[in-house]
Amino acid sequence: MPKSSFYDEEFYPSPVRQTWNEFQRNHIALAGLWCLGFFVLLVLLGPWFLPFGPLDQNTDAILLPPAWDANGDVTHLFGTDGIGRDLLTRVVHGCQITFGVSFFLVLLAMLVGCSIGAYAGMSHGLRASIINHLLDAIMAIPTLLIAIIIVAILGTGLMNSMWAITLALIPQFIHHTRDMVRGEYRKEYVTAARLDGASDARIFFHSILPNMIEMLVVKATMALSVAILDISALGFLNLGAQSPSPELGAMLSDALETAYVAPWSISLPGAAIFLMVLSINLVGDGLRTALKNRVNQ
Amino acid sequence: MNPLLTVSNLSYCKKDKSWFAKQERFSLAPVSFELKAGETMAIMGENGSGKSLLAKLLVGVARPSAGEILLNGESLHDKRQRFQAIRMIFQHSKESLNPALTLGSLLEEPLILNTDLDARERKRKIEETLKLVGMLPEHQYFYRHMLSEGQRQRVAVARALILNPQVLVADEPFAALDPSVRSQTVNLLMKLQRDLGLGFIFISHNLGIVRHISDRILVLEAGQLVESGKTDVIFNWPKSDYTRRLIHAYQALISRDD
Repeated sequence: MPKSSFYDEEFYPSPVRQTWNEFQRNHIALAGLWCLGFFVLLVLLGPWFLPFGPLDQNTDAILLPPAWDANGDVTHLFGTDGIGRDLLTRVVHGCQITFGVSFFLVLLAMLVGCSIGAYAGMSHGLRASIINHLLDAIMAIPTLLIAIIIVAILGTGLMNSMWAITLALIPQFIHHTRDMVRGEYRKEYVTAARLDGASDARIFFHSILPNMIEMLVVKATMALSVAILDISALGFLNLGAQSPSPELGAMLSDALETAYVAPWSISLPGAAIFLMVLSINLVGDGLRTALKNRVNQ
Repeated sequence: MNPLLTVSNLSYCKKDKSWFAKQERFSLAPVSFELKAGETMAIMGENGSGKSLLAKLLVGVARPSAGEILLNGESLHDKRQRFQAIRMIFQHSKESLNPALTLGSLLEEPLILNTDLDARERKRKIEETLKLVGMLPEHQYFYRHMLSEGQRQRVAVARALILNPQVLVADEPFAALDPSVRSQTVNLLMKLQRDLGLGFIFISHNLGIVRHISDRILVLEAGQLVESGKTDVIFNWPKSDYTRRLIHAYQALISRDD
């Protein structure tokens, strides 16, 4: 059936669509989104297109400069490091580890934080208060310090640093969710839903959660950039991912010895971290502004 | 004819449990009245006189301290039955509609929770109800912010009507509307009431509308029932000073308009 647009000249966007329209107006944030999209594709598909493994050593080409250098070779596009491992491969795998791990950390922290926050927001009195401030003590200590404490107890390793960062990210999700649920709970549409016979759980999932999704996305992007920085910082300090692993922070600390001879081996992973964090922050900031503009409209 | 809704000695007393806060007690003295099917009752009174509280007690938002509400002579113990039989129209139609949901899913919620209709029947019912209040079936894909104030009010009415209630309770349904939309809504509600035989209880400051559409009036002052009776009687021969003052204020406004 041909869809005529005679009567649809007034187009009414849905809330999500409205936020997207607002977001598109911010060109820098849009560029950040493209950059982030590129990284996501790289993480998902990159390893399939690379001829080398992240641990393969080419002893004929040690400390080979990148391909654009006069001494470079096109087989190793980003050059090689001190023991002849292909840097492009390692950076792509490093992005996969750093970005992927951070993504799951944030997802887990969000899930746990939101459930606790929602429960705190829906319950009343002393219980709500206790739940709400259960993990507040963690907020007083910087993420890195918590991670160092946990690593000191459980030993080094990517897994332990993951636990530490998840734990550190949870309280802010609890607080934001709780505040939001509290705020929305007083609104009349919740009373209306209650008069429809909705239970507390149904009110949360069907009435409040649809209003919260955008806030959660914004908070998650902010948490994602924090998580990436922390994971690589712990890797750099040799507290997180350990040496042969191509985690970006661990790669940086590896390359520190050869930094003067082969500056590319430290600048390329560094640039990857920088671009990832920058693009995520741009997207997060753009989303926040878009959301604010939409709500204030 | 048996009364549709019987309210006997309904009272409410808020107990302040907090240790430090000021002891602020808000209460409603025992109120009794009856409402017949197809009858319209207005609740009048100053701000803070307990009108909204009475409405909340009737629909079940707040729990009364004492007294009971009988529907067709039966006590309302079953929550589901109560939610179905007595429906509320809120004062601010904008706030009572969830901004993140389409009108279709908003109207579907009471059907999912209170009826056994399947998805197709629900959709048909939603379309029927939207038509009933003078909107189009296409409006089910709309969001709250796409509607005008008058349309929102219609959706609020549709939401109340979709469960085929017997009593409608409206808390100042006309307050936020401009005069033309207000008269549209009044006419819509009167027509629906005539067609469906609903009992209609509403709160209003606008004595013009009260006089126009209500059969009986309940006057509250500071949680006390001052007076109740037929509209004509109350308007022409008010018994208490308070009622006389309210009516006088209204008539002074009318004569100034002329």
